[in-house]
Amino acid sequence: MAQHQVNYASSGGLPVALTTVDHLVNWGRSNSLWPLTYGLACCAIEMMASGDSRYDFDRFGTIFRASPRQADVMILAGTLSKKHAEFARRLYDQMTEPKWVISMGSCANTGGMFNTYATVQGVDRIVPVDIYLPGCAPRPETLQYAMMMLQKKIRRESANMKKNKKQNLRLI
Amino acid sequence: MRKYRPKDNVQAKAYHTDRFYVVPTVPKEDVSTDKLFSKHLETLKAKVDIQSAYIQIGQLRVEVNHKDNYKAIEILKNECGYEMLTEMSAVDYLAQEGKFEIFYQLLNLKERKRMRVVCKIEQGLAIESVVPLYKSANFAEREMFDMFGIKVNNHPLLKRILMPDDWEGHPLLKRYPLQGDEFAQWYEVDKIFGKEARDIIGPENRDPAKIDRYDTKRFSRVGREVPFGADISEGEPETPIEYSETFFVNYNAGTKQLDKRK
Repeated sequence: MAQHQVNYASSGGLPVALTTVDHLVNWGRSNSLWPLTYGLACCAIEMMASGDSRYDFDRFGTIFRASPRQADVMILAGTLSKKHAEFARRLYDQMTEPKWVISMGSCANTGGMFNTYATVQGVDRIVPVDIYLPGCAPRPETLQYAMMMLQKKIRRESANMKKNKKQNLRLI
Repeated sequence: MRKYRPKDNVQAKAYHTDRFYVVPTVPKEDVSTDKLFSKHLETLKAKVDIQSAYIQIGQLRVEVNHKDNYKAIEILKNECGYEMLTEMSAVDYLAQEGKFEIFYQLLNLKERKRMRVVCKIEQGLAIESVVPLYKSANFAEREMFDMFGIKVNNHPLLKRILMPDDWEGHPLLKRYPLQGDEFAQWYEVDKIFGKEARDIIGPENRDPAKIDRYDTKRFSRVGREVPFGADISEGEPETPIEYSETFFVNYNAGTKQLDKRK
């Protein structure tokens, strides 16, 4: 009888550890990442292909949502012009926490070949980016890999977003 | 990256000239060589003062005074059958001539003829709109205003078409820098976060090959690989490349002389 007794004092003190909550919440968050239907340029074509049956984003629990209020991830797919930067930031602001950003393709990462007056030289100037995805344009497999990397990142994070914010020093 | 030089006046002072470059010239033909064109030109000449007219690559080019642009195009549309305005815009010749060249590319669908009406205009002067004649001129004239700052009189809605409404400067002018002036470079930061955020966000990186080794991921240099998280603020330790002896054979180490001339 005595040998089956759980000794709370020596095994963490409580039957439920806080890390389990993190794990549970992140399990839910990472397996139902809903990106915003938001294409900017030719990368958006690859993003659409990723959503189609051939590459099938749905099996990751990734379903494109038409409203920023229902979305968790913003995939900035393509060249962001300076005129549009304001609206991209507004859409980002409208998304509910927790939210993540994938910068897809060379143009979104650095401005790419558009080294001109009218292109934002990297979307990290206006929104905090979690994953930088290289390529011009990245193949759907690459975008899926980026999504899996983001899932990994989320699983490492704390369920408490305020804590993450302090750690990551997210921009503004 | 090639060093950025200020290109205030690229046209007046070219920074590179090819000694052996021969400017290609397109042969000009007299208008009398084409029956239809000379007929159209006669109709036009009766009412409008024409500065020059010739045929180039099968297209008639007529230069008129900038005050006569509406009148000339009206005659060409109603009396000569040029029913379509395929394109209109301006060219910046401010450095050479101190003027813009505004061109109207017209198409006669029945007679299969294309022609161009050209007028020179000084900076600061406005041109008459041709929107009452051609609907396609609406956006084209707005674009011309946006890119060159040429105002158009009697245009139904003259505002910027490509750049944002609060943009400063006209980007297609030759003296406008390609990578933007100060206003353009900070535009999105100023607009979204305000000018205070300039210090936090920092200037744009215009060097596509820039790699910051002190960035979060620390792109490694060959021979100087540093593990992630290591402090390299006081120089990186050198990690010499070790070649496998199985593959790397030192032919100079042996005593056997392969080449007798040595």
